[in-house]
Amino acid sequence: MSDNGQGTGLRPEAEDIELEAFVRALKQRHGYDFSGYARASLKRRMLQVVQSCGFENLSTLTGRMLRDDALVPDIVAGLSVPVSEMFRNPTVFAALREEVLPVLASYPRINIWQAGCAHGEEVYSLAILLEEAGLYERSQIYATDFSDAALVRAQEGIFPIKDARAYSENYLAAGGQRTLADYYHARYERIKLDERLKRNIHFANHNLAADGVFCEAHLILCRNVLIYFANSLQNQVLGLFRDSLVRGGFLCLGNRESLDFAPAARAFTAVNASARIYRLAARA
Amino acid sequence: MKYTALVVGCSTGGVHALGTLLAGLAPELQVPVIVVCHTGSEDVEMLREVLALKSSLPVVEASERYPPQPGTVHLAPAGYHLLIEADGCFALSVDARVCFSRPAIDVLFDSAAAHYGAQLIGLVLTGANEDGALGLKAIRERRGLAIVQAPEDAVAPEMPQAALRIAGADHTAALTDIAPLINRLCSP
Repeated sequence: MSDNGQGTGLRPEAEDIELEAFVRALKQRHGYDFSGYARASLKRRMLQVVQSCGFENLSTLTGRMLRDDALVPDIVAGLSVPVSEMFRNPTVFAALREEVLPVLASYPRINIWQAGCAHGEEVYSLAILLEEAGLYERSQIYATDFSDAALVRAQEGIFPIKDARAYSENYLAAGGQRTLADYYHARYERIKLDERLKRNIHFANHNLAADGVFCEAHLILCRNVLIYFANSLQNQVLGLFRDSLVRGGFLCLGNRESLDFAPAARAFTAVNASARIYRLAARA
Repeated sequence: MKYTALVVGCSTGGVHALGTLLAGLAPELQVPVIVVCHTGSEDVEMLREVLALKSSLPVVEASERYPPQPGTVHLAPAGYHLLIEADGCFALSVDARVCFSRPAIDVLFDSAAAHYGAQLIGLVLTGANEDGALGLKAIRERRGLAIVQAPEDAVAPEMPQAALRIAGADHTAALTDIAPLINRLCSP
């Protein structure tokens, strides 16, 4: 064992104590509950917010935050799900196209919930997928995030043009039937996705850590969001997904997520394990 | 035992360097070996297979929420930062790239330093950027041990150079001397 107690849990680092105080203050004062988040990434993100907002340390940020509501949106934005990319992990979108959409096609109306939509990269990917499968007219996509700033960005559907090439390659690798450029306009340094893609997308604020069932869904997409949650919150949210899905509904998670420590995951069976696509077992 | 984990970072030239390192580690090594290697590829299965052929220890991809296993080499999955959580288990993140990299060595080293403190060994091998330097500094600040491949011995010297400049090292050694050094440091 180490003789100085560091790293052994005997003497916590100042930053770890500050982080717990911050989490408590944010929850009690402003109602945002991050207590169920895994701490390593939370700490990294908060230290970045401290730096970008020009504070000396997390304690001074916490002190200011207690009295200055104006600081909260920046903090919440800094803690929200980061930027993704369109058709990230193309094989997953190919699996959705080939294994999930044909089943969804049997429903007269299709509800899809994308939980943690970040800047909208995946929600527009999904809209394109549905469009090409001829299912978009009868689909409603609910894209939620706890960060209003992220939702505003997602609603705009504007992405840097430097990412367009990678997005196009992903789109084709996912089995896209046209060319991605058919769905956006390039202007200056940006691409803006076709307004028509938004016609059945509903953006709404929802916090997985605090809010309840959002809709009755046939498919829930929540990729690389639960990785930020400690086991107990992960399990709680999987329970929320279970309660939100119709019988036989689908759940798609990030392709390195583990459900092995979540009892609520027993309600799901793997449809495509490597793409992390699961199906809610029909209740007996 | 003084040391309870070894974290390793490498980039350009890293596959070859890792092969040499892992081949030289003692099969009875009792610490987990946790590796970030920038590859830029879609998954690390090929890397895992290549390294498994040379390594004296089993090589696996790190799984989130599971603890690192003693005597096992864990590779960071492609496209994710790999972290050590407060409870000692692996965690993943898709936060922004660090030094243009995800996984980033700094992110692993930083979180491992916070968890293992003075019981951690950090090793920076060949690479053509500065990733790992700040992470190695964090390890040293918590009294962990820092080993850096001698820049003149590395295929790409930039990463070892940056590590030496920003963090310094307890040992600077040629690649072929590093595994014996670790075996010695970690022998019960």
